[in-house]
Amino acid sequence: MNHLLRSLAPISDSGWKLLDDEAGERLTPALAARKLVDFSGPHGWEHSATNLGRTAPLVAGPCDGVTGLQRRVLPLVEVRAEFEVSLAELRDADRGAVDPDLEQLDKAAHQIAVAENVSVFHGWHGAIIGIEEASPHEHMHLGEVTDTYPRPVAGAVERLLHNGISGPYALALGGEQYQRVVETAEHGGYPLLEHLRKILEGPIVWAPGVKGAIVLSMRGGDFLFESGQDLALGYQGHDGEVVSLYLEESFSFRVATPEAAVVLDP
Amino acid sequence: MGFDQYHEPPDELPPATRTFARLCASLTEEAEAIGWYEQRLAVETDPEALAVMRDAQGEEFKHFSMDLEFLLRRTPAWREIAEGVLFQVGDIVEHAEEAEAEALEGGGSGPEGAYEDGSLGIGSLKGATR
Repeated sequence: MNHLLRSLAPISDSGWKLLDDEAGERLTPALAARKLVDFSGPHGWEHSATNLGRTAPLVAGPCDGVTGLQRRVLPLVEVRAEFEVSLAELRDADRGAVDPDLEQLDKAAHQIAVAENVSVFHGWHGAIIGIEEASPHEHMHLGEVTDTYPRPVAGAVERLLHNGISGPYALALGGEQYQRVVETAEHGGYPLLEHLRKILEGPIVWAPGVKGAIVLSMRGGDFLFESGQDLALGYQGHDGEVVSLYLEESFSFRVATPEAAVVLDP
Repeated sequence: MGFDQYHEPPDELPPATRTFARLCASLTEEAEAIGWYEQRLAVETDPEALAVMRDAQGEEFKHFSMDLEFLLRRTPAWREIAEGVLFQVGDIVEHAEEAEAEALEGGGSGPEGAYEDGSLGIGSLKGATR
């Protein structure tokens, strides 16, 4: 049994499969960062820091005639979203019920996906420098009128090209912006989604948690997500009514090329 | 130079699947090479040539094993079945049937999870656009 303590939960094998499948189905569409940045790992729960290959000076060596340096590392962060599931619902699922109430699991899955997206795209104060924080480019304005979206997106691509950042390029759109793009058929004609894809030559993804949008290069090597424990369901406790579970992961994120992304404000 | 390892249009395949297909193709090539060396060794009489080819076949054993280990690490159900079949004494077919039933019909989840680390096995989604 590992740190997730799943074997201690009053949940059948089929119950765990139900919960794992539901979590995977809910998480996958919302994990926008993993669709766009380089992914390394998972390296395991014991993996605590990312090697930066850099050192910090030390005031003095341990003794005369010897100098020293201290290695710098980027510590991984842990994120956890807790939720409860009714034991009665799990028992009904074991009996063959096809509509178990897993609303709290669905909400936790969305929350932890948002946490991952926000950390990568905008940053997490004191823990992670996100793409927005790292980018040296002046923000562009996306606005609320979808007909004008191609202009700032094309402008962002031009800025990346001007800085020697090759494509293909991707567009991470916040929830509101994504919905607007998908709903829009420009003047009843060429869909905006296809127009933007032509400009980017890369994917457009729904990125819940992102404010506005971010255009970034997909050439690789610019944005590095390092996974320790990949997203997993763990057991916390139970009483006669409910079982307390959580979704958890550990990761670090680094921006290797700050110039490789442009932020579009809403 | 073709792209025969792809059975579906490469542009529609996510990067992880393309990598998987490349390693499957590599595994096939290493197995073929092992078979070729086995035939050459069976007919060669020059001791020096035999020594060279035995060494070369050893390289192919290593390459095949590395390819296989990579593929098993990326495919938990395959790994679980392989663990029930490889390096076991006794009836190969019987072990295989048992391992298959345990890995696939058991659902591959339960308290230990479908993946070795207990995770959901999501990993990289680069290439998945929706």
